[in-house]
Amino acid sequence: MAILLNRSTRVIVQGFTGKIGSFHAEDMKRYGTKLVGGVTPGKGGQTHLGLPVFNTVKGAVRETRAEASIVFVPPPFAADSIMEAADAGIKLCVCITDGIPSQDMMQVKRYMRRYRFEDRMRLVGPNCAGVITPGQALMGIMPGSIYLPGRVGIVGRSGTLGYEAASQMKALGIGVSTSVGIGGDPINGSSFKDILQLFERDDDTDAVVMIGEIGGPQEAEAAIWARDNMRKPLIAYIAGLSAPKGRRMGHAGAIISAFGESAQEKVEILKEAGVVIVPTPASFGEVVADTLARTKKAA
Amino acid sequence: MDIHEYQAKELLARHGVHVPRGGLAYSPEQATYRAREIGGAKWVLKAQVHSGARGKAGGIKLCSNDEEISNAAEAMLGRKLVTQQTGPRGKLISRLYLEEAVDIAQELYLGFVLDRKEERVMIVASAAGGMEIEDISEKQPDSIIRATVDPGVGMQGFQAREIAFGLGLESSLIGKATETILGCYQVFRDYDASMLEINPLVVTRDGSLVALDAKMSFDENALFRRPEISELRDKSQEDPRETFASDRGLSYVGLDGNIGCIINGAGLAMATMDMIKIAGGEPANFLDIGGGASPERVAKSFRAVLGDKQVETILVNIFAGINRCDWVAEGVIKAIREVGVDVPLVVRLSGTKVEEGRKILADSGESVIVADTLAEAAEKAVAAWREATKNKKAA
Repeated sequence: MAILLNRSTRVIVQGFTGKIGSFHAEDMKRYGTKLVGGVTPGKGGQTHLGLPVFNTVKGAVRETRAEASIVFVPPPFAADSIMEAADAGIKLCVCITDGIPSQDMMQVKRYMRRYRFEDRMRLVGPNCAGVITPGQALMGIMPGSIYLPGRVGIVGRSGTLGYEAASQMKALGIGVSTSVGIGGDPINGSSFKDILQLFERDDDTDAVVMIGEIGGPQEAEAAIWARDNMRKPLIAYIAGLSAPKGRRMGHAGAIISAFGESAQEKVEILKEAGVVIVPTPASFGEVVADTLARTKKAA
Repeated sequence: MDIHEYQAKELLARHGVHVPRGGLAYSPEQATYRAREIGGAKWVLKAQVHSGARGKAGGIKLCSNDEEISNAAEAMLGRKLVTQQTGPRGKLISRLYLEEAVDIAQELYLGFVLDRKEERVMIVASAAGGMEIEDISEKQPDSIIRATVDPGVGMQGFQAREIAFGLGLESSLIGKATETILGCYQVFRDYDASMLEINPLVVTRDGSLVALDAKMSFDENALFRRPEISELRDKSQEDPRETFASDRGLSYVGLDGNIGCIINGAGLAMATMDMIKIAGGEPANFLDIGGGASPERVAKSFRAVLGDKQVETILVNIFAGINRCDWVAEGVIKAIREVGVDVPLVVRLSGTKVEEGRKILADSGESVIVADTLAEAAEKAVAAWREATKNKKAA
């Protein structure tokens, strides 16, 4: 079933009746996502886009049996919304909101640990493009049309750079099992390693493309995990070769502040771990095609 | 967002951290007046710029009379201080801070950062203060003490005591050190800081513990709830190109190359800059136009990029997801006509309705170089830049 999301996943929208929430809710519905309702405190009982609105996530879960939630709530209130989803028994929460304070995210991560691992919500994002299982369902803001259904997983920090990779693959007839945007913030819900673990176990995924960038330890952590545990080919690109040290490049987390955080250093670590490197952002398609061909031959 | 040393010291002093007596000065006269106010016989005059390594660059002077203070202030004010951290453009000195000189017995290091691996605030301390933390971790890694704070309960007294004892302080100083460390954490937590560094934290000859320098940065995502910190912003310390862009809601970082970039999405922006570099050029900036890429935002972006006089070519790379390329193309044409672009312009559009978008560019009559792929866009931009600079040199 690919990972995280399929056509039968029951999804609600937090921040449902706002402009951005409404826009993307319609887009997701059109794509085939099983949208079952939404939450906007104070607007419970209304109907929006033909779906019920609830005051609380617990109320929505009780009435709709929602398993997944996508958050479009503005930054000052977003952390609160994520914790509300975790407490209501939501299994997957995708937070699109950009601009959540780091200390709020620290508290969110700490709060989520109060649940046993088996019951703990999986958070994707914040500040991400979301999740798409092409041909089945969309929980995010990406344009569905650029993804061909297929057997290569994508996980990346950036939205548009992920689109670039998917469309280069589509041009060569290569499809995607699931694409996951983990977001550009310094503290995020799921790490690269978390998503690689899911792809490695997924029967519908043959290979994975990881799109990293400068800053933070997650690409290196993922590389070490892949070296020791992953049998499927891992293909990676790191953005920011031309980024100077100590300057934040758009994403709150894209800053080289410690040893091992530059693009050059990360590429070295990945190479040493046996990861296939995409040398330029123009060669995603080519490198994925080559890798798939070589894997097939070996098998 | 960074703040000045004197501003950080004011915040810390309110939370039980001892700092030397000092005062702010905007002129040499004011500096000498401050000296009399503070009293004593020796003072340190410090340039207030958002950078470390000021001492080596001539931004810190020890003075022992009015004449020395006045001369040092005269020499610093209005000058750009170029340190190892500011880049060649340097940072303007418009404020000075005069402090009583302190008799130092020992220098320590105390820092607070966001630890992305642990997803917690981490305290880093060392008895080898006075040098950069990178040098400490290279030369005396064993001297470094680390602790992380559980965000659920905050920093605990025992954690501060462990650090104080770990620094090898005399027992008479443990109480004061604990108070200092907890005070710093409180400031970090209460004002949404992203970095706090006291280097050096000194033990004086008369046995007190004083923050001799203080550096602080704040989480820009949290400024909405910290108006008292937003007020401390000093635009004179920022790259004017970045101030212009950030005041217009654009995410921009000025660099030293000649190819201006207008891109949507931070990752694609970095990747496009990488591609320019691979093609043999140098990007002039990072610019993420953000979601929407509306005609207004495109026009603002052109203004921001062209505000940099070093820009000799512009590369626009937009992946229209939610938008449509035809709409983005119209925005680009509108921006060209409104803003006036007198350098070669390469545009690459991809995503929804790309054919229509390219047609609008081609039919506009404006001289736009259109590219289909990312590689082609970078190659064409570098080629156009080479051609333009060749013509310029010939002319």
